[in-house]
Amino acid sequence: MNDLRERVFIITPAAIWETEVDVHYGWWLPPNIGGDNAQGVDRLIYVVHFFMAVLFVGWGALFAYCLVRFRDRTGISAAYEEIKAKPSKYAEIGVIVFEVFLLVALSMPIWASVKTKIPTGSDVVTVRCVAEQFAWNFHYAGKDGEFGTTKATLVGTENPLGIDRSDPKAKDDIAVINTLHIPINKPVVIRGTSKDVIHSFFIPVLRAKSDLIPGMTVPIWFEAKKTGTFDIQCAQLCGNNHFKMKGQLFVDSSENFSKWLDEQAASAGGEEEEEE
Amino acid sequence: MAESHAHHAHEPQDAHGHGGDHGHGHPELPFWRKYIFSIDHKVIGVQYAVSALVFLFFGFCLMALMRYQLAYPSTPLNFLNGIFGERRWQSGFMTPDFYNELGAMHGTIMVFLAIVPVLVGGFGNFVLPLQIGAPDMAFPKLNMMSYWVYVPGGLIMLASFFTQQGAAASGWTAYAPLSVIAKNGETLWLLGMVFLITSSLLGSINFIVTVAHMRARGLSMFRLPFFVWAQLVTSFLLLLAFPPLEAAAVLQLMDRVAGTSFFLPSGLVVSGSALQVAGGGNPLLWQHLFWFLAHPEVYVLILPALGIVSEVIANNIRKPLWGYRTLVYSTIFLGFMSFVVWAHHMFMTGMGTTMSTFFQATTMIISIPSVIILTCLLLSLWGARIRYTVPMLFALAFLPMFGIGGLTGLPLGLTTSDIHLHDTYYVIGHFHYVVAPGTIFAVFAGIYYWFPKVTGRKLNDFLGKLHFWPSLIFINMVFMPMFFQGMAGVSRRLYDQTQYHSGSGVHTLTQISSWGAWLLGLAQLPFIYNFFASIFVGQKVSDNPWNATTLEWAAPSPPPHGNFAAEPVVHRGPYEYSVPGAAQDFSPQHIA
Amino acid sequence: MTMGLPCEVKAHPITGIYNGKFAVWLFLASEVMLFGALFSALVLLRAGAASWPHGYTVLNVPIGTLNTFVLISSSVTMVMAWASLKVHDFAKGRQYLLWTFLLAALFLGLKLALEYYPKFQAGHTPGHDNFYGTYFVLTGLHGLHVVGGMIVIGYFLWPGAHLWHENPEHYTNRIECTGLYWHFVDLVWIFLFPTLYLL
Ligand code: HEA
Ligand code: HEA
Ligand code: CUA
Ligand SMILES: [Cu+2]
Repeated sequence: MNDLRERVFIITPAAIWETEVDVHYGWWLPPNIGGDNAQGVDRLIYVVHFFMAVLFVGWGALFAYCLVRFRDRTGISAAYEEIKAKPSKYAEIGVIVFEVFLLVALSMPIWASVKTKIPTGSDVVTVRCVAEQFAWNFHYAGKDGEFGTTKATLVGTENPLGIDRSDPKAKDDIAVINTLHIPINKPVVIRGTSKDVIHSFFIPVLRAKSDLIPGMTVPIWFEAKKTGTFDIQCAQLCGNNHFKMKGQLFVDSSENFSKWLDEQAASAGGEEEEEE
Repeated sequence: MAESHAHHAHEPQDAHGHGGDHGHGHPELPFWRKYIFSIDHKVIGVQYAVSALVFLFFGFCLMALMRYQLAYPSTPLNFLNGIFGERRWQSGFMTPDFYNELGAMHGTIMVFLAIVPVLVGGFGNFVLPLQIGAPDMAFPKLNMMSYWVYVPGGLIMLASFFTQQGAAASGWTAYAPLSVIAKNGETLWLLGMVFLITSSLLGSINFIVTVAHMRARGLSMFRLPFFVWAQLVTSFLLLLAFPPLEAAAVLQLMDRVAGTSFFLPSGLVVSGSALQVAGGGNPLLWQHLFWFLAHPEVYVLILPALGIVSEVIANNIRKPLWGYRTLVYSTIFLGFMSFVVWAHHMFMTGMGTTMSTFFQATTMIISIPSVIILTCLLLSLWGARIRYTVPMLFALAFLPMFGIGGLTGLPLGLTTSDIHLHDTYYVIGHFHYVVAPGTIFAVFAGIYYWFPKVTGRKLNDFLGKLHFWPSLIFINMVFMPMFFQGMAGVSRRLYDQTQYHSGSGVHTLTQISSWGAWLLGLAQLPFIYNFFASIFVGQKVSDNPWNATTLEWAAPSPPPHGNFAAEPVVHRGPYEYSVPGAAQDFSPQHIA
Repeated sequence: MTMGLPCEVKAHPITGIYNGKFAVWLFLASEVMLFGALFSALVLLRAGAASWPHGYTVLNVPIGTLNTFVLISSSVTMVMAWASLKVHDFAKGRQYLLWTFLLAALFLGLKLALEYYPKFQAGHTPGHDNFYGTYFVLTGLHGLHVVGGMIVIGYFLWPGAHLWHENPEHYTNRIECTGLYWHFVDLVWIFLFPTLYLL
């Protein structure tokens, strides 16, 4: 595991981790750099919290009023008869109606988009992500746009994805650890899975999260609307170093992204020759 | 016999030995039969409650250590090196492994060894037979067994800390494959769980039969105190939800010790080498089985608490509860629904739209009965004459606290907002509001309320208030910040949150929260002192010090073996307070 | 016990059963959930498996069938035991109980000697694949239930038999409860057999 971490630092010099982030992380939702889905998540979070606040303040006001008005003191006696409380019925019906609205109007459409409207087409950037204790392996298809085959038997510290370099499709494949480069304003699909235990791929600024489960591949898709460097977090307990299973998301301008791809392709080729 | 204690009320305080004088014509039992392997529901109730409170305290201690690591991840505490040893504490710092042990065991201990045992084993055992006018539980020996199966379960869990590799460290949820490839502590955890599950099963069968068969004459189902209903529904949840976890525990034990791969898919590569198992299993199978238990389980944590709170509120508003039948029906409905929402814990596991539509809809539906229950309790306050006794303070504080906890369940129950909030501190905040200022406050309310019945003495009022106000303030100081941390995107179960920008952004909040936790611990000192001191020097009170109506107050304090001198006969509903024309403002159930 | 609780022996006027019987029904409800969970696990694993053998190709169907008859017979003898006690024929009741005990032992003997043992010999251990995993867990847990039943039956045959002389109705009730449990164990096998051996 140690040499893995060393490799991480070779790919991403320590300085970058500190300097490139210009985003402010505060006591509320982090900045949202995502597309419609990410905006939809925030919209629902705001609306549902507004709804909760109304309920809490409404019920709370009644509560506080009762506590004061009906406190034990001389001259008052408790009423045995049950009060008729029409307003509470209306309030309860109101709650039901509003919950249906939240569900049908704000939650289900976004979820359907996140889960089923996986973008396809030529401008979609597809990246495989294979999580392991405690790193994110990203696999780009390279120039040919096709992923080379991977084999569990080839997995090793030098080849954490187990890419079979003898497969012609694999020649130009790019494998990077803990750094995810994506271009701005383009749909990105991550095909995620895990080698060992369950991890959870979480990019707070994109409001994107999904568990990565061994034996299953799930698509995660999003668009980034701002460039910059952001954290990829692991959201599922996966062992001792869960707390530093950290990745870096680089949202690049289109030019920088192509440049990065070229660089990687060159070094991937280089590695190849060394090995042979 | 029934009257003999009533007249002691204003006697000077002395070390009153309770236990020697309970006759009923039973032969005197030796000490170990009376207090250790007792078959008396009251002794068992006290045994359960005290063990559970000790576990509660222990669970708190584990968490207090974690909170240090969270607040000061780079400030060493060297004096702990020697105490905890190399594996757990290295050059002043807790190891990540130890942090994970503490987290997993805090959750497990709090849920299975502290809260459920105190609510069901403690309050349920002590109060329920009294409230239905029964001489004991239907199966006294089974009752004893239930306690003595709980004890080894707890001891196994504790012992696991002292084994070579330490306790389980895969969270209280023990998700496979992590838990399967984890160290031996996990095997002990599973074994311990098998004991605890068995104990709960025995208990729940006993409760159901007792309520069905042992009610006093005239005590129809709709004259039962709400507490009994809450316990009854809880028992059904335990009875039906626990077996699948037992099945799951057996399967995981097999995976760990017999080399099967029920939860292990093919082709796992762990630490760079392929895992030598047949494969073909499914990690999500574990989660389904686990949450099929664990969701009903959270209602097991809240229903008896609601029961206690309702009793205390009814007693202190001096009027009937508003909508008793509605409360009962809502509780039953909640019980049913709790079996069909479990996958709302699994929204992020790659679930499609069909499943998610079903589970987010059921989750919204299950929030409705809770809203109704809370509304009933609130409306009960209208037209009341509220006595601010110490138990009432805790019961009242429960309401808005449960409100916060419950309401924050809604954004988690909607898949879209759960995308951002799942497995962040928002979830931690959500459920602690329901279990800590919620359930724990209900437990305190219950202790202050029924202490006189158990001991014949009252807990001190001043100390009670000194316990209540700081607890209320500090418990909010612990958990309120968590919602903001969660919003900011801080993942849970992080040994060091400052590794991420989201975590360093809220680090001040983390520190506030930790200080809140420690101060909350300090705020328990008046209670602990009050608890032990009052057993001996507390003010002696009559059999019915709160002027209550339910049957437990018709028995002497403390009730003798067999409870009632003569079987009580019930004439009316449970909360007949301030009945127009009555001589007093309370009309006990058993007085014609 | 000295106390004598309500409905310990006599039926409750509303539910129409005595405490013990109620408890056994509840216990069986929880058992249904236990085996239900395991059956669901089996279905899920089988549905998701790349390959899964048909039971009849790898398991010993004749022995399984024979064992099915053994268990059903033991259920019959159990009923006979209870019926005999009901008409106050302790000797006969006890004889039938003994038969039940022996049939249960036969079931286990056949299972261990002619099924488990050869499978382990052939390396078909639980860890071999999920087919054997589920097979061993389900039949093993069922086997444990049989053992549990034998312990209870054995108790009422020998050390617990004196209850008959003190309170025959109570004794008869307990045999009835044991019988309910025993039929359930039988029923589980009747589900297990086709699911594991024939599908
Ligand atoms: C006692 C325990 C308890 C209770 C009662 C609840 C109640 C609810 N829970 Fe919670 N929950 C947990 C314990 C509990 N939960 C635990 C332990 C976890 C985490 C487990 C883990 O992962 O480790 C969890 C996690 C959890 C999740 C998974 C989150 C995730 O991992 O992403 C979800 C999602 O749907 C959820 C939803 C709900 C809902 C909708 C309710 C509803 O039942 C709530 C309904 C209540 C209300 C809506 C309140 C109504 C009140 C008012 C309107 C009045 C206000 C009053 C005043 C002002 C006086 N819970
Ligand atoms: C019923 C359940 C329950 C209860 C009551 C609590 C109570 C508390 N919990 Fe816990 N918690 C969980 C269940 C519970 N928790 C679970 C399930 C998890 C998830 C675990 C996982 O990730 O797997 C968790 C996780 C968890 C975390 C997150 C850790 C992480 O993700 O890394 C934190 C962090 O602050 C925390 C804090 C607290 C605090 C401050 C309390 C306080 O409220 C404690 C208050 C208690 C006291 C102050 C003690 C009082 C003692 C007495 C009164 C004793 C008196 C004794 C006698 C008289 C004999 N809890
Ligand atoms: Cu990977 Cu946590
Ligand atoms: Cu839940």
